[in-house]
Order: sequence, then C-alpha cells, then structure tokens
Amino acid sequence: MTPAASGAGANPPGTGSAGAGPPGTGPVKAGPVKAGPMGATGGPGRGRITRRRGGNARNQTGLATLMLAPSAVILVGFVIYPLIRAVWLGHKRCDSQGRNCRSNGWDQYLDVFRSVEFQHALWVTVKFALITVPLGLILGVGLAVLADRQLRGIAVFRTIFSSTVATSVAVASLMWLFLLEPNLGVLPKIGWLRDMFPVLKNPGLLADSGTALSAVALTSVWANLGFTFIVVTAGLQSIPKDLYESAYVDGARGWTRFTNVTLPMLGPTLMFVSVVLVSRAFQLYGEVDLLTDGGPNPQDSTTTITYLLYGQDSIIRGNDGLQAAAAVLLFVVLLALSLVQFRGLDKRVHYGS
Amino acid sequence: MTKRFGGTTAVDGVSIDVADGDFMILLGPSGCGKSTLLRMIAGLEDPTEGEVWIGNRDVTDLEPVDRDVAMVFQSYALYPHKTVQANIEFPLKVRGESPKTRAAAARDAAGMLGLGDYLDRKPGQLSGGQRQRVALARAIVRRPAVFCMDEPLSNLDAKLRGETRAELVGLHQRLGSTFVYVTHDQVEAMTMGTRVAVMSQGVLQQVGTPQEVYDTPLTTFVATFLGTPPMNIFQPGTIEPGNHLVGVRPEHLVMETDGRLGARVVLVEQLGHEVHLTCTVIGDSASRIVVRLPSDGVIPGLGAEIQLDASAQRRHRFDPQTGRRL
Repeated sequence: MTPAASGAGANPPGTGSAGAGPPGTGPVKAGPVKAGPMGATGGPGRGRITRRRGGNARNQTGLATLMLAPSAVILVGFVIYPLIRAVWLGHKRCDSQGRNCRSNGWDQYLDVFRSVEFQHALWVTVKFALITVPLGLILGVGLAVLADRQLRGIAVFRTIFSSTVATSVAVASLMWLFLLEPNLGVLPKIGWLRDMFPVLKNPGLLADSGTALSAVALTSVWANLGFTFIVVTAGLQSIPKDLYESAYVDGARGWTRFTNVTLPMLGPTLMFVSVVLVSRAFQLYGEVDLLTDGGPNPQDSTTTITYLLYGQDSIIRGNDGLQAAAAVLLFVVLLALSLVQFRGLDKRVHYGS
Repeated sequence: MTKRFGGTTAVDGVSIDVADGDFMILLGPSGCGKSTLLRMIAGLEDPTEGEVWIGNRDVTDLEPVDRDVAMVFQSYALYPHKTVQANIEFPLKVRGESPKTRAAAARDAAGMLGLGDYLDRKPGQLSGGQRQRVALARAIVRRPAVFCMDEPLSNLDAKLRGETRAELVGLHQRLGSTFVYVTHDQVEAMTMGTRVAVMSQGVLQQVGTPQEVYDTPLTTFVATFLGTPPMNIFQPGTIEPGNHLVGVRPEHLVMETDGRLGARVVLVEQLGHEVHLTCTVIGDSASRIVVRLPSDGVIPGLGAEIQLDASAQRRHRFDPQTGRRL
C-alpha cells in the first residue's frame, strides 16, 4: 500500500462520525466542509498507521512532514509571522525612516483607535460599505435574475455581466478616471447629464468632497458586479426547478415568485456574497489610491482605514508603529464584523433540506 | 394530444377521456410520455397539437392557476424555508385570501392528513412520508377540480408506500375530485386506480379498469407490462395451431400429463405462498416461460421435464406483426 493510500484509508473512521447522524431525524444541515492537507494526514491517521504497521511509522511521519513543509513554510512565513510581527510593531514608535523603534506601551492601540483620524477613516469605510454592499447585491441579483432564462443569445449577456471579474482594480479605476475626468472625461461631455449634475464638470465628481466617496463607490460596485453576478447565477441554477413549477401551478409569478421562492432559496448565496463584499469594502485601497488619494482635502473624504494605514498621502505615512497598530485594528474590526454577520445571518438563512 | 421536443415525439396523438371523480392512472415505463401528458394537463407544457378540456372548458391556452388543477411533484417541491403551515397556505396566499381564511383552510387540510402537530415545523424536520403529506395538503387546500400527481410515492420506502396507497384511495373517496396519477408501478395502478391508461413510447395502448386491462390486454405490451411475473408470449404454433402469438399468464399454465407443450425446468423460485418455475420449451432453448404454482402442490425439481397446457379461454391471441389482440 502506498503511503497516500494508507493515509486515506485511515481517514474514514474520523469522517464517518461526522456524517452519521440519527437516521431520518433532524434537519440535514450543510455544514462547512473541513478537509485539507492538515486534516488528512494529521493525528488520527498517524495513530492508526502506528498501530498497524509499527516499524514504518517513522518513515510515514517523515514523509508527511516533508509533504507538509511547503505549505507550512508559506503559512508561517507569510501569514503567521507577519501577523505576530505587526501586533508587536503596533506598540512601538519609530522615526520617519522606520528605524530606531522604541516601545510606546500597548495602550498605543487604544490611542490609535480613539484618534480623530482613525475614527474618521472608520466612518468613511462604514459609509462606503453601506453604499457598496446593498447596491452591489441588488444590482448583482437583478442582473443574474434577468439573465437566468433560456433565451437565444443569453450567453452574450452573461459574458458581459460577468466580465468585470476579469478586470483588475487598476484597470477599472483608470477606466472610471477617464470617464469621470472633468475636462477630458466622457461623462461630463454628455450635455443633459452635465446639466443635471453640474458637479460632473466643476469641480468633478472625484474632486468634490460631497460626491467623491460615492464616485469611488460606483467604481467599486462596478468592479465587483461580475463576481456577484457569477456567484448569484450559480445560486439561481441550484434552485430546484420543481419549486418554480409548483409555484407556477399555484399561480405565483413575478414579484410573488421572487420573494417567496427565489430570494429565500438564495439565502446562503447572498450571505456568502455579502460577507465577501463587506470584507472587500473594508479593505478598499486600490480605487482610492488611483482615483482620489484619500482626498479631496482637507476633508479627507475618501480616506478609508486601509488608505490611512498605507496611502502615500496618509498622515501616519512612514510611522511604522502607528501603521501597524491601525492594520491590527482593521483586522480586529473585520473579525468582529464577520462574526456578527455569521451569527446574525446564520439564524435567518436556510440551507436546503 | 401530441407533444414534440425538437425531433422526438414524447406524446403521440393520445386522447383520453377522464370522467369526473375518476382516479385515472397513467401507467408506463420511464420515458413513455406519461409525465409529459400529465404536465400538459397541469399546464406546465404546451401541447404541440391537441386540446385540454376540463369540465366543459377548453383550458389549453389557460395558465395552470386558471385551470383549477393542483399538482403534487415526485420531489414534493416544498419550500424549505417556510413552515408546514406556510407551505400549505401558499396557494391561498398567492390568490390573496385573508390570513384568517388561509390559516383555517390550512389547518383543515393538515388535519385531514394527520399533520396537525407539525404545522410549525420546517420541511427539513419532517420524515419523507410527512413531507409527502404536506405536498398533498398543499394540493388539497385549494379544492381543485383535478389533482395531478407525478409519481408521488416513489421516494417512500416500501412499507410507507403501501400505507400511503390506501390513504390516497381514502382521500380520493372523501374529496370526490378527479385524480390523474402518473406511475410506473403496476401495483399502484392496480390497487388505486378506478381506471388505468397504459402508455408506451408516447402511444396510448389501452384504457380501462384495472381488471379489464389485466384480463383482456389489447396489445402484447400491455400483456407483458402488467402482472408479476409477466405474461408468457408463445411463438405461433407452439401451444395452439395457427399463425398468431399466444399469451398465457403464469398462473394459468397448468401441468398435465398430456399437455401440449413440453418444457424443462431451469429455475425454481420458492416465494413461500407460491412457487415460480422458469422453464425452456423443449426444442427452443432460448425461450423462457414462467409457471406459477401453489406451494402446497407437486413441485417438479430442477431439470425435470414437464407437460404444460392452458385452457382455451385463458389464452390471449395477438397479431405477430402489430402485437394487437385478435
């Protein structure tokens, strides 16, 4: 038997207990699938092998370690170490070169969190999320529902709607920069649009502190639409056709059908998309960097947390300690937010039967 | 009615008259077009040719909801996010009935099917049989003129299926509505239907009461589809002179010392209450005939040569070309 095969053979007892519930009772719940290189070659497997083929155990362990090494190195070197390092750095003050750091006490985290700058950036980020997440969901679901029908040539529209998934943030931002630029841009040249929104021309959507965040949000919604569209389309196609036919026989169509069948059945999909969109919104950086540099100033209307901690016009630029502290705080905020989302939504979301 | 999908004809010129209050079974092997026929009645498919009349109304161009039909799906098609009560109420909710009327009607229908204690559960918390009842209750709650059922029992285990068959018959009698019921299971057809329509390859083979269809099959297909084990079909000239096929049911073959047909036993199957003998006709080793004997009689052993016969009125004669009854 090859090492891989014996490892796989040893696995079923562990996974079997997870699958076998009381037969026929209780809801079948789609739990998270826990599998991966760590689980497959981990403790229980090794124990069984030791019992069965004693002398070989050392070789098996050696081989397993060897095979785990690449991902372990990557995980430790690029995730765990930087995380610990960032947390450590967060309590230090450094000079503008990022050298000569000295401890400033762990309450630096509290200072940063309470600072006007961080609070402002947090508020800007929250506003951005409040605009982009609902808008992105509504547009994505709308387009997916529109395109989810058997029509000749529908594939063309599906391709168009999902195309932004293949567009990088840089390309999307530059494209919108060209569209919105007050003197050369395309949108300000459209007469009626300019008459309706004079701000397009003067000072420009991205240069007005009142509209800049919305303009960045527009770009971001556009850029994320492809992702939402693809995931929701997949979700729509997994809804059993019987449900629609049953609703059809009962006379439900249009909006009734959408709210009673489509939307509830999309629950898990929408939850997944909203978690991803929220975390993307909180990590917004590229669009801000390319479109507004955190401005317009002095209001810092588009200085999000990520821009505050990394942007070139940021007030804490070059201060490694403060930047690290802000980064760790963002991590904590996102973690808390995801927990709340999963807790809150999990109760209301239905996972098939 | 005819239905074509692209180049294939699923239902080919079928015309059935279902009387008010009938429990009509559409019976046939999978792919014979029975489900398509039912879906045309329910309004889920448009016929390529032909019309659907319910009562004295031509409903061919009407939406399903305006046809006064309800449908029970094989998968039950319950809304997993709604409670049992909300599932049952749904057809009324769509029609805009008041919550009070809805709740009362739902409780009524649920009570009829013994679901009273489960109204607040979600379908995921119910057993297969209970889900099936919820699907039935959802159909009942509208009091439709016609119930369309597409293999509603095929997802149940054998024991539950038997019980539910009896309940469906009781329900049909209580409601007095017309049932159109699709199945490939001849036991369901025989035990539940007031009439059976047998279909094969999109063509209607025979319509009649279960007993008629069993006793006087109009085609060799019907003859061999109904009955377990199926009817034996003898080549022309083997059991009686003439240029036609002869069908004899296994229970009508008798062993006689001067029987017309010599056969050799190749398999003996003891079922407890009866015995099935599989034999080959002597001189034709490729042939297979099955004889059904009571288990308390004389049972020939494996390899024994026996003489078989069947009385004249137990022989069904079919045209060897068309397979039609002569």
